Amino acid sequence: IFSSFPVLPQNHNVVRNPSLYNKPFVESYEETPLLVAVLTYMGYGILTIFGYLRDFMRHWNIEKCSVARERDEQKDFVPLYQDFENFYTRNLYTRIRDNWNRPLCGVPGSKMDIVEQVSHDYNRTFQNTGKIMRDVINMGSYNYLGFAENVGQCADAAIQVTEKYGSGVCGTRCEMGNLDIHQEMEELVARFLGVESALTFGMGFATNSMNIPALAGKGCLILSDELNHASLVLGARLSGSTIRVFKHNNMVSLEKLLRDAIVHGQPRTHRPWKKLLIVVEGIYSMEGSIVRLPEVIALKKRYKAFLYLDEAHSIGALGPNGKGVVDYFGLDPKDVDIMMGTFTKSFGAAGGYIGGKRELIQYLRSHSHSAVYATSMPPPVAQQIITSMTTIMGEDGTSLGADRLRQLSENTTYFRRKLREMGFIIYGNDDSPVVPMMLYMPAKIGAFGREMLKRNIGTVVVGFPATPIIESRARFCVSAAHTRETLDVVRGVRGVSGPLVRPLCSTPLFNTPFTRGIGAP
Amino acid sequence: KLCICCICLGLYNNKNRKEKRKTKMASGQQWVLVEMVQAFYEAPAYHLILEGILILWIIRLLFSKTYKLQETNKLTEKEKEELIEEWQPDPLVPLVSKDHPSLSYDIVTGPPSHKIIINGKECINFASFNFLGLLDNDRVKQKALTSLKTYGVGTCGPRGFYGTFDVHLELESRLAKFMKTEEAIIYSYGFATIASAIPAYSKRGDIVFVDEAACFSIQKGLQASRSVIKYFKHNDMEDLDRLLKEQQLEDHKNPRKAKVTRRFIVVEGLYMNTADICPLPELVKMKYKYKVRIFLEESLSFGVLGEHGRGVTEHFGVNIDDIDLISANMENAIASIGGFCCGRSFVIDHQRLSGQGYCFSASLPPMLAAAAIEALDIMEEDPDIFTVLREKCTSVYHALQGTSGLKLVGVPLSPSLHLQLERSSGSRDTDQRTLRRIVDYVSLREVALTIARYLEKEERYLPPPTIRVLVTVEQTDEEIQKAVSCIKEAALAVIS
Repeated sequence: IFSSFPVLPQNHNVVRNPSLYNKPFVESYEETPLLVAVLTYMGYGILTIFGYLRDFMRHWNIEKCSVARERDEQKDFVPLYQDFENFYTRNLYTRIRDNWNRPLCGVPGSKMDIVEQVSHDYNRTFQNTGKIMRDVINMGSYNYLGFAENVGQCADAAIQVTEKYGSGVCGTRCEMGNLDIHQEMEELVARFLGVESALTFGMGFATNSMNIPALAGKGCLILSDELNHASLVLGARLSGSTIRVFKHNNMVSLEKLLRDAIVHGQPRTHRPWKKLLIVVEGIYSMEGSIVRLPEVIALKKRYKAFLYLDEAHSIGALGPNGKGVVDYFGLDPKDVDIMMGTFTKSFGAAGGYIGGKRELIQYLRSHSHSAVYATSMPPPVAQQIITSMTTIMGEDGTSLGADRLRQLSENTTYFRRKLREMGFIIYGNDDSPVVPMMLYMPAKIGAFGREMLKRNIGTVVVGFPATPIIESRARFCVSAAHTRETLDVVRGVRGVSGPLVRPLCSTPLFNTPFTRGIGAP
Repeated sequence: KLCICCICLGLYNNKNRKEKRKTKMASGQQWVLVEMVQAFYEAPAYHLILEGILILWIIRLLFSKTYKLQETNKLTEKEKEELIEEWQPDPLVPLVSKDHPSLSYDIVTGPPSHKIIINGKECINFASFNFLGLLDNDRVKQKALTSLKTYGVGTCGPRGFYGTFDVHLELESRLAKFMKTEEAIIYSYGFATIASAIPAYSKRGDIVFVDEAACFSIQKGLQASRSVIKYFKHNDMEDLDRLLKEQQLEDHKNPRKAKVTRRFIVVEGLYMNTADICPLPELVKMKYKYKVRIFLEESLSFGVLGEHGRGVTEHFGVNIDDIDLISANMENAIASIGGFCCGRSFVIDHQRLSGQGYCFSASLPPMLAAAAIEALDIMEEDPDIFTVLREKCTSVYHALQGTSGLKLVGVPLSPSLHLQLERSSGSRDTDQRTLRRIVDYVSLREVALTIARYLEKEERYLPPPTIRVLVTVEQTDEEIQKAVSCIKEAALAVIS
C-alpha cells in the first residue's frame, strides 16, 4: 500500500497514511548533535583507557583487588568468565552502581521510602547507614494508575483472600493449581479487553518466552521490531522460527519484509512460509514511542499475517477507558490476533495474560509451557487484579477508575509540555506516560541520578547496553498518583540542577510547531 | 566491449597524434584549436569513417541495458501481486480435539490445602506439592498479611529500578545462611530460575552434560544457552564417564579451543520425572577428575532431604562449596512463589546483570517473600518435621508396593512418587485414559490424585504416562491407609 507513496529518507516523524488515524500522531526523536556525539565518544574512550590501566595494575598487584575470586581448588578449571565479557561491568558500571538497586522499605507509590546505603570500597559492597530517606518522589516505578497502595479496597480484598487461600498454590494449572479465583479473573480479563477469552500466567516475562514457542515453530517467520523487549526476543529464539527485524516503528521497512517473505518464501528452498507473525509492543519503554497500530493492522490484513501485540506498558495507561493501545486508536480488539500484556505496571500486581479467540486460548491451555509445567498465579495477586480491573472499568460503583485515567493523561500532557518548554530533549510520543530525557554523556548518568536523589527525587537512569552507546537517558514514569504540585517540584529541581548537570537542550529550530505536526518533512 | 573500443580509439588517435607531433615539434609544442580543425580536414576519409563508427558504437553500448544472467529470474510486479494474493497461511493454531485431557482443568474451590475441594467434592489431597504443610500455616499467613499492609501487593518494577525491597535482601541473606553459602539470588518465578541461570554462564561453544531425565525448565535453559548438549543415561555414571573421556580426547586434539571451552554438568537432586536421587559423591569425584563444573537443581529436594532440610548435599554429606550453583524453587516445600540460586559470590553475583529472568522482569511481590522468610523460620526452629516427612514417605512407598497392574517408581525417601502401568497397551492415549479412570475412581472415594502432564511434542525424552502421588506431613496414617486401599481397589477394577 505504502510503496506508492514517495519514500522519504529515514524519518520517524512522518505519518504514512494519515487517513487511518483519528487524532494527531506526534512523535519526535531529535538527532544527536554532532558536538555531543564527539564528546560522548571521547568520554567513553577516556573511561576505556583508564579501565585498561586499572586492569593492568590489578593484574600486577599494584592495586588491591577486592573482587570475588575463584576457589583455590578450582584454579586449574577453565575460567568461568572471559575477561572482556566483564570489562564493561568492572570498569564502567561499578563506578555508578549506586544509582540502581536502591532498596525500598515501603509502598512504591508516588512517594517512597528508600533505605540509605553507603559504600566504603568504591561501590563493590554497600552497607546500610541505618537511616531511611522518607518521602522521596518516585519517578521510576511503573505505577501508571497508582494502584501500588497498601490501603483502600484493593488491599482489603487482597487481605481477605490471603486469609482464605494462603499465599501459595503448590501446583501447576493442569494439575491441582487451577483455583476458582483464576476462572473468575480470566473471565474478567476477557471482558476488559473485549476478546472472547483469556489465559493468565504467573510472570510477565515468562508469558512471552513460553507462549511464542507454542504459536510459531520451524517454517514460520517472525517479524520483530528492532527495539523489542528481551522476553519477546527470547521467546522468538526458543520457538525455532526464522526471525527478521524491521526498523523501529517503520512501516515501509515492515511492508518490504512482508512482501519479500511471501514472494520469495523460505531462504534457499523457496517453500512458502507456514505463518507470518508480526511482533510489536504497545509502548516501547526505552523510547517512549507508541506503535503505529492502524497501519500495522492494515498491513496485517493485506498480507494475511498474524499480529502479536505486547501491551506490557500500554494496558491501563493509554486509551479513554484504559483498555490499552487498541482503545487509544479506536480500533477493534478482534483485529489483533494475540493480545498479550502484563499486570505488573498499571494494576499493581504481577503476572501476564494472553487474550484472543476461543480456539487460540483452548490451544494454549493444553500446549503452553507455562500451563503444563509452571505454578499458577498466587491468590492474593489474582484478587488484586480482579479488584483493580473492576475499578478501572467502573464496575465497583465508584468513579475512581475514570478519575485516575483522566489524571494520568493530564499529568502526561502537562509534564511533557513543561519539559519541552524548559528546553530538554524528550523522546517519544506526546501521549505516552514514559518520558525519556536524553543525557548522552557517561558522566552525566551518574551525576544526574545522584543529584536528583540528594534533592529527594528518585529517577531511573539508563545507559549501555539497554540503550545505544551514545544515547544514555534518564527515564521518568508519570503516574496518576502524582499531583500537579509533585510534578512542579520535579520540574523545579531539574531546573536548579540543570546548570550543575546540563542535560542537553534541544536546538530552537527543531522545537518549532512547524516541524512537529503531521505530514511535515 | 566499451573498454576495448575506447582503448582502440585512444591508441589510434595516439598514433595519429604522434605522427602529427613529429611534424609539429619543429614548430613549437602548442596544440591550437585552429590546427585541430585543420587536422580534421586533412585526415583521410576512411580514418574519419572508422572513428565515426567507433563513436557511435560506444554511444550504443553506453545506453543499452546491461545483460545479467538473472534477468530471466526476476519477477514482475504483477507476478509478485499474484503470489501475494495466492499465498494462504496455516491457521494460527491447529484445532484441539474436544476430549483433550488438558482442556478441562479440575477446578479447586478454596485453597489447595490438605482437605481440598475439587469439582465440588471434598477429598484428601495427595496431589499438591505442599510437602511441609506450610500452605495453610497460620504464622505464614499472618506474616504475609503484615507485609501486604506495609508494601501493598505488587512491586511495579524490576530489581534494578526501585523494585528491590528490604524483604528481598533479607530473604536472600536468610537463604544464603540456611544453605551455608556466601550468597543467594531470588527470582520471581520458579520455572524461570534454572532457565535463566544456565544461559547466564554457558554460551555458544560451551559443553553441557545433562541427565536424560532432566525436567522441562532445564531443557529450556539449555536451549536458550545455544551450547553443545550431551545427554547421558539417567543416573548412569559409567555413561557420563565415557562421554567425559571422549571429550578429553577431543581436547587433546585441539588444546587451544579446550582452554576456552567451559564445561558443566547439570543434574537434579531429586528428579521430578523419575523420583530418584542423583549420585552426588561420584559426580563430585568426576568434577575434579575432568575439571567440569556442577549445577544442581534442587526443587524437589530442598526442604525434604538432609537432616535440616538443606537438600541433597546435606543428605550425602558433600561440602556445599564443591557445587558451583544450587538452584531451587520455593513453590514446593516452602509453599510460596519464586525460586532462588545460591552458591559462592563469585558465581552468583554474575546473574545480577546477566540473568534474564532477574534483570528484565518485575521482582517478587514482597508478601510472598515475607511468607518464604517465615517458612524458613519454621524449618529452622523445628527440624523434626523432616524426619516426620521421611517416615511418611517410607510408609507410603512400602504400602503402595504390590499394587496389581501398577508399578511404583521412585525411592523410599522421595515425597513425589510415580505410579505407572506395569504393562503398557502400546498406545499412549489408551494408557492415559486408563490412568484417568483410576484417578476418577479414586476421587469418588474422596482421595485426590493427579496425572502428571507433559508436552508430548516438546519433551526430549518423554516419560511414560504416570499418576503422581505426593506425600505431605499433614497426611495422617489412617488417611494414608485409606488412600492406598482405594488405589489398589481402583487398579483391580479398572485394569483387569
